[in-house]
Amino acid sequence: MNSEIVVSVCMGTGGIAAGGDMVMKAFQEEFAEAGVANATVVEHSRLHKVGCRGFCARDVLVDISVNGIVSTYQYIQPDMVKRLVSDHCIGARPVSEWLVGDDYHTFHDNQTKIVLGDLGKIDPESIDEYIRVDGYKAAEKVLTTMTPAEVIETVKKSGLRGRGGGGFPTGVKWGFCAANDSDQYYIICNADEGDPGAFMDRSVVEGNPHAMIEGMIIGAYAIGATVGYVYIRAEYPLAVDRLHLALKEAKEKGFLGEKLFGTDFNLKIKVKLGAGAFVCGEETALIASIEGERGMPRAKPPFPANKGLWGKPTIINNVETFANLPHILNKGADWYAAIGSAKSKGTKVIALTGKIRNTGLIEIPMGMPLKEIIFNIGGGIEGDKLFKAVQTGGPSGGCIPQQHIDLPVDYEGLASVGSMMGSGGMVVLDETDCMVNISKFFLEFTQSESCGKCVPCRLGTKRLLEILTRITEGEGKEGDIELLQELAEDVRDSSLCGLGMSAPNPVLSTIKYFRHEYEAHIKQKKCPAKVCNKLLTFFIRQDMCVGCGMCMRACSVNAISGEKKQPHKIDNSLCIQCGSCFDACKFSAVLKE
Amino acid sequence: MAGLAAKFGSGAMTNSVAEIADNDAIFVIGSNTTENHPIIALRMKEAVAKGAKLIVADPRKIPLVKFATLWLRHRPGTDSVLLNSMMNVILAEGLEDKDFINERTEGYEAFVESLAPFTPEYGEEMTGVPAGDIIKAARIYAEAGSAGIYYAMGITQHVMGTNNVMAVGNLAMLTGNLGKPACGVNPLRGQNNVQGACDMGGLPNVYPGYQKVDVPAIQEKFEKAWGTSLSAKIGLPATMMTEAMLDGSLKGMYIFGENPALSDPNTTHSVKAFSSLEFLVVQDIFMTETAQLADVVLPGASFAEKNGTFTCSERRVQRVRKAINPPGQAKSDLVIIDQLYKRIVGDGDLTHTVDPSSVFDEVAGLWPGIAGINYSRLQETSLQWPCPTADHPGTEYLFKDGFNREGGKALFSPIPFVSSKELPDKEFPYVLTTGRQLFHYHTGTMTRRSTGLNRVSPEAFVEINPADADVLGVADGEKLTVSSRRGTINLKARVSKIVPQNVVFIPFHYREAAANLLTSDAMDPICKIMEAKVCAVKIEKP
Amino acid sequence: MLNLNIDGKDVSVAKGTTVLEAAQKLGIDVPTLCHDARLKPFGACRLCIVEIAGMPKPVTSCTTPATEGMVVKTNSERLYRLRKTTVELLLSDHPNDCMVCSSSGDCTLQELAYLYGIRENRFVGEVRDHSRIDHNPFIIRDQNKCVMCGLCVRVCDEVQGVGAIGYSERGFEAKVITPFGHDLDCEFCGQCVSVCPTGALTGSLWSGKPRSEGVVKTDTTCTYCGCGCNITLRTHGDKVIRVESASDNHNRGWLCVKGRFGYEFINSNERLTTPLIRKEKGAPFEKATWEEALDYVAGKFTSLQQQHGSDSVAGLCSARCTNEENYLFQKLFRAGLGTNNVDHCARY
Repeated sequence: MNSEIVVSVCMGTGGIAAGGDMVMKAFQEEFAEAGVANATVVEHSRLHKVGCRGFCARDVLVDISVNGIVSTYQYIQPDMVKRLVSDHCIGARPVSEWLVGDDYHTFHDNQTKIVLGDLGKIDPESIDEYIRVDGYKAAEKVLTTMTPAEVIETVKKSGLRGRGGGGFPTGVKWGFCAANDSDQYYIICNADEGDPGAFMDRSVVEGNPHAMIEGMIIGAYAIGATVGYVYIRAEYPLAVDRLHLALKEAKEKGFLGEKLFGTDFNLKIKVKLGAGAFVCGEETALIASIEGERGMPRAKPPFPANKGLWGKPTIINNVETFANLPHILNKGADWYAAIGSAKSKGTKVIALTGKIRNTGLIEIPMGMPLKEIIFNIGGGIEGDKLFKAVQTGGPSGGCIPQQHIDLPVDYEGLASVGSMMGSGGMVVLDETDCMVNISKFFLEFTQSESCGKCVPCRLGTKRLLEILTRITEGEGKEGDIELLQELAEDVRDSSLCGLGMSAPNPVLSTIKYFRHEYEAHIKQKKCPAKVCNKLLTFFIRQDMCVGCGMCMRACSVNAISGEKKQPHKIDNSLCIQCGSCFDACKFSAVLKE
Repeated sequence: MAGLAAKFGSGAMTNSVAEIADNDAIFVIGSNTTENHPIIALRMKEAVAKGAKLIVADPRKIPLVKFATLWLRHRPGTDSVLLNSMMNVILAEGLEDKDFINERTEGYEAFVESLAPFTPEYGEEMTGVPAGDIIKAARIYAEAGSAGIYYAMGITQHVMGTNNVMAVGNLAMLTGNLGKPACGVNPLRGQNNVQGACDMGGLPNVYPGYQKVDVPAIQEKFEKAWGTSLSAKIGLPATMMTEAMLDGSLKGMYIFGENPALSDPNTTHSVKAFSSLEFLVVQDIFMTETAQLADVVLPGASFAEKNGTFTCSERRVQRVRKAINPPGQAKSDLVIIDQLYKRIVGDGDLTHTVDPSSVFDEVAGLWPGIAGINYSRLQETSLQWPCPTADHPGTEYLFKDGFNREGGKALFSPIPFVSSKELPDKEFPYVLTTGRQLFHYHTGTMTRRSTGLNRVSPEAFVEINPADADVLGVADGEKLTVSSRRGTINLKARVSKIVPQNVVFIPFHYREAAANLLTSDAMDPICKIMEAKVCAVKIEKP
Repeated sequence: MLNLNIDGKDVSVAKGTTVLEAAQKLGIDVPTLCHDARLKPFGACRLCIVEIAGMPKPVTSCTTPATEGMVVKTNSERLYRLRKTTVELLLSDHPNDCMVCSSSGDCTLQELAYLYGIRENRFVGEVRDHSRIDHNPFIIRDQNKCVMCGLCVRVCDEVQGVGAIGYSERGFEAKVITPFGHDLDCEFCGQCVSVCPTGALTGSLWSGKPRSEGVVKTDTTCTYCGCGCNITLRTHGDKVIRVESASDNHNRGWLCVKGRFGYEFINSNERLTTPLIRKEKGAPFEKATWEEALDYVAGKFTSLQQQHGSDSVAGLCSARCTNEENYLFQKLFRAGLGTNNVDHCARY
C-alpha cells in the first residue's frame, strides 16, 4: 500500500466550535495507532489544518484525499474518526453515509472563488503552503519590477472597489494618497468587521492571512507607506493569533521588515486590537482609535488619504480588498475586470443567512441576480415558507422585496432599490418575519452603537426607535409613518458618518416596500406576520391541549387556568401578550391571532 | 531686573506672550508656569502641540514637565552653572550665532574665557543633571530657529539671583535669540502690576521710566515738573529698610497694598523691625498681618472699585475700571494718596477729586516710553510700551534695532559660580525651597477668603520625597515640625516625588504655617533680593 | 488666496480657511452649537451645514476647507428643515426649565429654540436622567442639560492640556464624564464653563444670583498674577456676582481658577471699612473719620521729616495697585517728603 493520504480538517472558528480540534486530535491518535500496524500510512499521510470553506453549518467538515481523489465529509465528530481512518484511509472505502450531499456541491459550484479560493485548501499557519500556491509572487513582482505608479494604474484598471462598504475605487484612492507630499504615509487594514452576522474578514484572516498581508505590501509600496497597521477586533482571538504568526513568518522570510525582497523598500506592520465598537469600522473613528482616542468619527474632508493617521496621508482598505490584490497583480487587471458587472468588477464575499437552507460564507461574481444566490447557492427558503424579502448590507442596509428578486447584486443594483452592499451581509426573510419588527431590530443595534457625537445619529435614531417600538406595541398613531420618513431622511442627510447616514435605511426601505404592514400595525392594530405580541390575542386550542400545565407555569400574570390533563384557558383580560405560553407549549396548542 | 538692565539697558519681558506659541524651542527655568502664570502656560502648551520643543529646568517635577521634551532636575541654587555648561556645549559644538555676536554685542572674549571650566561633566557634578542632558538641552535651544527663555523667582530669589539673570541673558545673546519675534529673555512677573510699579518709579534708584535719580539732568527735569527740589541720594531698597528700622535710622513708614510681615523672608526679623518703628501707616483692604502692627490703618479699594491702569508682564498697559463702590467709608487709593500729598506739600484743593486719567497723562509727559498712551486710546485697546507717539501701535518685542545701552550693544558678562548662603549640614540636613500653588495667591489675603479656593487647598503642607519620608517614618498627611535657624512651623507632610530627595517645598500662602518664618534673609548683593528659594531646615515628628 | 461664492456673494480667503470662516467674513450668520474658533473643528452639532454645488449632501461648514471656485448656499428650505429637526431633537432630550436655569439668556440652545420657533416637539420621548451630583466647589454639572457638543472636553484637552473629562457610553446614553464618574478633580480653570453653550456647566458661585435684571458688565483687568488677563465683571448693586472673559482679547477668554472663581474677597465682610488710629503703642485701634486720619498721618510724617530728616521716612508702594497710585505714591515721597526711600515688594 503506497498511497498518499491527505486529511484536511476545517479549523476555522466555526470548525473549532463544532469540535474541529478534537477531530484533529482523534485523527492524530488514530494515525499513530494505525502507524504501528502499517508504517506506510504514517509516511505518506498528512494531517492538514485548513481554514473555513464557508459552509460552517455542516462542520466539522473533513476532506480525505487518497491518491488525489478527494471526498468531503460533513458533521464529523471525534468518535467517527476511527472508522474514517480504518475504512477510508486504510481500507480505501469511503464511508458513503457521512459524505456531503448534492446540496454541498450546488452551494460551492455556483460560486466564483478568488478571495476564498485557497481557504479550506491551505494551512493558514504555514507560510510555505501559501508560497506553494504562488503566495508572495505578486508582491515580489511589484517590488522588483514595477513602479508605484504602475501598481496604482493596474489597480485602477482592474476596477477593484473598496469591499468595506463604501465601494470607492481602490486605485483612485491610492492615487489621491500618493499625490500628497509627505514625510510619512500609513497603510491600514480594517479588520474590525462589526456587522452582526458578518464573518468574511475573520474567515480570510483565519484561513489565509498571508493573502491580506501580501495585499498590504502591494498597497504600501504603491503609496510609499513604511508603516502599516492591522486594526482587528479583540473578539477574534484565533484570527489575531494566526495574524501574529503570519506576520512573524513573513518577517522571517524577508517579506516584511527591512529591504523587502532585496529592494530598498521597508515595511513594518503592527497589530492594533479593537475593543468591539461597531463605529470603529468607520475609517476616521478607526484612525482615532489607533491614535489612542475614543473611537469617534471625524468630519471628512479632509479625507484620510490626505490627512489620516497622526495627520499623515493614510490608506485604509479592508481585509477582502487587500486579499484581492495578489490575484489582480498576478493575473492582470484585464483578467479581473472581465469578472463582474459593468461598474462593479470582480467578486464579492457574502455572509448568507436567515430563513434559507444553505447558510454560510459565499463568493459570487458581481452582478449575480439575487434569485440565483437565494435559490441556487442558498437552496431556497427553509421549510417551504414564502420568500418575503432580503436584507442586505448589514444593520444599516435596506430590505429588498419579492418584486426585485431578479436584481443583480452589485454596488449600483443594491443602491438602486434603497439598500447597499455594505460589507456583504445578506439576511433572507420569509412570511413569518414582521418588517416593522425587523426595522426596529436593526435600529436597536445602530442606536446602541452610535458613538453619540452627532445629534441626528445620537438622538434621531433614538426617536426613530421609540416610534417603531410604539408601533409594534400597538401605540402607533396616525402620522407616525410620515414622521418616521421625515426623521429618517433628516438623520440620513445630516449625520456625520456612515453609521448615521445609513442607519435609517431599514426604516426607509421597509416603509417603501411594506407600508401596508406599518398601516396594519397602526390602523388595525394587527401584526400580519404574527410577530408583535402586543398586537396578538393568545388562546389555547382545546382539541390540542393535553393539560400538561407548562403554559400555566410559564405565565407570570396567572392568566392561564385549567385542571391537570384537562384543556387550559387563557383569560385575555389578564394576558399581557408576553408570548411565554406560546414558547412553552410543546403541542402547538397555544395560538396567536 | 538689575541683571537685565546691565546687559540690555532695560529690564522687562523682551517679547510678548502671544509669540510663545510660535517658538521652536522654549526654555523654562525657575518658573512653575502652569501654577503661577496659568494663562502664559497655555501658550507654551499650544507651542508644544504645534511641535515646539520644551526644556524645563526645575528641581521640582512641576506640572509643566508633563509637556516637556527634556526635564533638567538641577540642584537648587545651581542655575548659573547649568546655564554656563549649556553655553560651554554651544561653543564647543559651534552652535553660537557669530553674526549676532559680532554685530550686536560686546565683552565676548572675556566671557568665552570664563566658560572654559564649565564643561558638561563639571555641570553634571555641580548640578546633578547628567552631562548628556546638558548637551541635549544646549542643542535643542541653540539649534532652534527661534527660542525663548522664560524665568521667574525660581532663579532670582537667590543670593546670586542677579548672576542667574545675567547668565540667562548671555545664553540668549550667544545664540542670537534677541531682537526678533518669538524668542528673547522673558521674566514672568508674579503680580498683576509689578511691571507697572517698577515703571512708575516705585524703586529707590529711579524715577518713572527707569530714569536714574542720581543723574543731574534727570533730577532737574523732575524738579521742574514737580516744582520742588529733589534728593539725588539713592534710597533704601525694601530689604535694607528692615535693618534701618532696627537701627533706628528709619522712623516712619507708609506701606500701601503689601503684606511684608508675611511675605518677607525671615519674618520674625521683619516683624520686629516694623514693631520698632515710631510711626507705621498701612493702607490695605484687609486687616493683614502688617496692618495689625500699624499706628494708622487706611481702608483702600479693591481693583473692582477703582479706575486706573495695570501693566502686565509683557509691558501691556491696560485699563482697570470701577464696577462697584468700595464698602463703608473705604476710598479709592488714588484719592487717599492724593489727599495725603496735598496735605504734606500744603498745596492743592482738598475738595477736588483726583482724576486717574490726568495722573496718567502726567507720567506720559515725563516718560517718553509711554508718551503715546492715554485713556482714550486705552478705551478701545491695550498698548505695549515703548509707545512713544499717539499713532504708535505699541511694541511687541524689544531691541529690534538696538539695545538701550550706550552704543546700542548688549554686554556679555562672565558669571562665576556662587554658592547659596545657607547649605544643608548635619543639623539642618534638608534644602527648603518655597513658592506658590495654583489655588492661592501670595499671602492668601484674597484667595483664602474665597470659599472654593480654600476648600480645594485649605492648609499648608510640606512636600517631601518618599525616600526621605521613609527615613523619617512619616506617612502622607501626618504632622511635621520644620525648623530652620530662624524659626519653626508645624504642618502636614505631603509625600510626593515632585521634590527630589533632600529637598522639601513649602508654599508661602499660609499665615498659620508661614514658610517665611524659616527662610533666610541673605541677600543678593546687587539686586538686594532675598534668598527665599534655598535655605537649610531640619524636619522632625512633633 | 481662494475665491468662492457664498449666497451669491464673492469672497477671497487664505488657503486653510473653512467655509464657515469664509461665510463669517461675509457677515453671514451660520448657526453653530459645537464650534469655537479657538478650538479644532469638531462637526458634531450639524447645525452649520451648508449646500455646496457638486456635493450630494449638505456638509458642515466648520469642518470643510474652502476650495477655489466653490459655490456655497448657507440657507435653503432643505437646510432649514434639517437644522430645525436637529434643534428639535436636542430639545426632546433637554429639561424644559429655562425659567429657573442660571444660563437662561446666555444659552445658545435657548436662542436656537426661539429662532426656530419650537413650541411643540414632534419627538417627545425618553429623556436622560443623570441625577448624580458632583461635589466639587466651583462647577455645577447638570448632565441633563448637556448637548454633547464636546466643547468642554476639547477645551480641557486642547487648551488646558489637562484632560479631566472625556466621553463614555454609546448611543442615547453617551455622556461627558470624569474618570470613573468621580467628583471633578482638576485645575478648576473653568474654561469648560466658559465654553458650555447651555446650562450643563455653570459656576456654583453665580448659581442663584441675578441673571440679567439689574446686572451691569464692566470690562477690566484681573488683579492676580502678571498675565494681565482681561476680565468682565458682572455686578449687581455693589456685589460682584460673576467673572467672565471675552474670547477676542489677548488672553483669548481663557482664565485660571483664581481669576474666574477667586473674587469673593471683594465682597468679604472682613473688608476694612473705616480708617483706624492707634493713638499710642499697644493701645487698641479706634475708628476715625477720614479728616482725622489724613491730618494725623500728614502731620506725623511732616514732623518726622522735620525732626529726623527726609530719609527717616520710607514708603512701600504696591505691585497690586494701579500705575497712577504708584506714581502718586513715589511722588509723595520724592517731591513731598524729599526722599528716594521708595520701593515695593517685587522682590518677593
